[in-house]
Amino acid sequence: MGLERTEELSLNMGPQHPSMHGVFRMVVTFDGEVITKIEPKVGYLHRGLEKLAESRTYTQFIPYTDRLDYLSAPHNNMAYVQTVEKLMGVQLPERAEYLRVIFAELARIASHLVFIASTALDMAGWTAWTYCFRDRERILDLFEMSAGSRLTVNAMRIGGFNRDVPPEFWPALKSFLDDLPEMMEEYFGIFYGNEIVMARLKSVGILPKELAENLSITGPVLRASGVQYDVRKAEPYGIYDRFDFEVPVRYGCDSYDRTLLRLDEIRESGKILRQAMRDIPEGPVTAKVSKIIKPPAGEVYHRVENPKGELGFYIVSDGSPKPARVRIRSGTFINIQMLPIVALGWKIQDLIAIFATLDAVLGEVDK
Amino acid sequence: MNALNQLPLNIAAAIRSLFGDPHSIWADLTMDIISIILVIVLIVLAALILILLERKVAGWTSQRPGPNRLGPHGWFQTIADALKLMGKEDVTPAGADRLMFKIAPMIMFALPMMTLAVIPYGHGMAPIRLNLGIVYYLAISAVSTLALLMAGWSSNNKYSLLGGMRAVAQMISYEIPLVFSLLGVVMITQTFNLSQIVADQHTIPFIVLQPLAFVVYLIAGVAEVNRAPFDLVEADQEVVAGPFTEYTGLRWGLFFLGEYGNMTAVAALTTTMFLGGWQGPAILPGYVWFFLKVGIIIFFQMWVRWTFPRIRIDHLMGLAWKVLLPLSILNIFLTGVGIYIYQLIVPRIGG
Repeated sequence: MGLERTEELSLNMGPQHPSMHGVFRMVVTFDGEVITKIEPKVGYLHRGLEKLAESRTYTQFIPYTDRLDYLSAPHNNMAYVQTVEKLMGVQLPERAEYLRVIFAELARIASHLVFIASTALDMAGWTAWTYCFRDRERILDLFEMSAGSRLTVNAMRIGGFNRDVPPEFWPALKSFLDDLPEMMEEYFGIFYGNEIVMARLKSVGILPKELAENLSITGPVLRASGVQYDVRKAEPYGIYDRFDFEVPVRYGCDSYDRTLLRLDEIRESGKILRQAMRDIPEGPVTAKVSKIIKPPAGEVYHRVENPKGELGFYIVSDGSPKPARVRIRSGTFINIQMLPIVALGWKIQDLIAIFATLDAVLGEVDK
Repeated sequence: MNALNQLPLNIAAAIRSLFGDPHSIWADLTMDIISIILVIVLIVLAALILILLERKVAGWTSQRPGPNRLGPHGWFQTIADALKLMGKEDVTPAGADRLMFKIAPMIMFALPMMTLAVIPYGHGMAPIRLNLGIVYYLAISAVSTLALLMAGWSSNNKYSLLGGMRAVAQMISYEIPLVFSLLGVVMITQTFNLSQIVADQHTIPFIVLQPLAFVVYLIAGVAEVNRAPFDLVEADQEVVAGPFTEYTGLRWGLFFLGEYGNMTAVAALTTTMFLGGWQGPAILPGYVWFFLKVGIIIFFQMWVRWTFPRIRIDHLMGLAWKVLLPLSILNIFLTGVGIYIYQLIVPRIGG
């Protein structure tokens, strides 16, 4: 450019800023409106969940996992209880396995709907936001009728479920699945197909495949960079190997593909849900597990595919009713690493859009 | 119907006749004061109605009820909000340029007052008749940039400053296509007088003759009043509330009134220039037609706002300089050619 240099402006975005998801904070340096440096700061929502687990029994810790990624609580429950079950070697009844898949995939759709909604909202697309929340409400109703609570579902127990779903769950689920294609059509009309959205997201915030792999990015963000990797296929847990579904992958590496990939995943989740609904057998939903859970001494690592990335639990047991050590590997905490690298050189508006496409939930980032 | 149509004029004549000489300076002064009060009332009423209407339209677009608690269908919501605003503490941030900080909202509120004063609301019902009405309108409405920049600069806040700078960048880009799009109408009518332009549209509204200019003006007008998808100035996801970030209570309320007043002014000018102003079938009085047309334009602006996401600032500049400006120049060219052909043909067919 010319010989003159303009003074750089450092701006504090968050922890309380209208566009930040939760209490994420970044100190951004601008030259005009162009970003020259980003310093993400995390920890405003740190509750010390890993340390808390050491003073709770195995069962008592389940509700805490709801508060990790609170938009898809069943996944966190599932990751934790499956880890403990792996340590104990519990065999689950068939119905419980199917119900877990149903809960997990419903939560995936709900979480992706919030993703579309919040991405639209970060670009001031208010109507797209209400459309998504309107439809997510039906999933929350399903959770409410089966577990009693809507957001922090807390339905799973070590050895299965605390209770079976009520009979009215099935027709409601079926009508939701029947309406799903029409809903996705609507999201396409109001959000994805919009010229302004395309102009703002296409070729913005490129995350190359090599960089994504080197930063150990997981989840939809990785798959939008052209890597076909999904824990459900790579290392099937539960009964995921019985279902016929695709792992959607896109090669654009940009914000638009990251956004569009979530829509593909909703479609695939719908497929899994239909198969699970067709195949689910009758029977008990809880395995025979002793009242006081005392896993044998040892350590175990187990991971699941959370809507936002790979969620892993590492548990060390010393044979007592309380875990000796719990470590949580949360997807978004690792995914947001890409932000200071990828958003450099873009404008403040692009930074908001790029951050939105990461789908960070601070409950999971800060633990 | 004619009586109803002439009602405001008759009232005006009655007030004038109270004075010994109906055209004395005192009568003129009284009429001017009444006109200005009416315009202020119009702005406040418009804001009261439009804010609620906006929220209702938002609810309708996004399939939710909108405000529905206070009064029948929530119609008293805005009044309650206004009362709440009056009760708020007036905060001036430390390190602010106090004088500029306090003047900025007043300027913002004064502008629609000044622009709406030259609009003809009915036959012979322009509060102030100006021969250079369009020039006056454009000059005044461009000052709103100054108010936003003053607010952004004086607040001593980085978000405000960014918002104020965006306002300047955006206004410079949009003012030119906006002005150029109006030139076609001026070329046809050969006048800057708004009352005369409306009178010239009694056979055919200029939207038919100037469709391109109408579209350009509509887009540039939305940008002019900083509404979505061009609401970069107060983009809450990026710069919190832009220049308004540090304002509280009634000062913020003045900005808000100014914004809705500006919106009304842009819609009023669109109506005057392209939709035939108060002209319409005689089943309704002229001023009713005028406000109906204004309402349609405002509804369109709201509809756009709640449907589209926000555009990026460089795309906005690109749209203004690379699309709207050439289109408006093309419109001037086409209008010139059209007038030339018309002047060639009309004398020959004896029209």
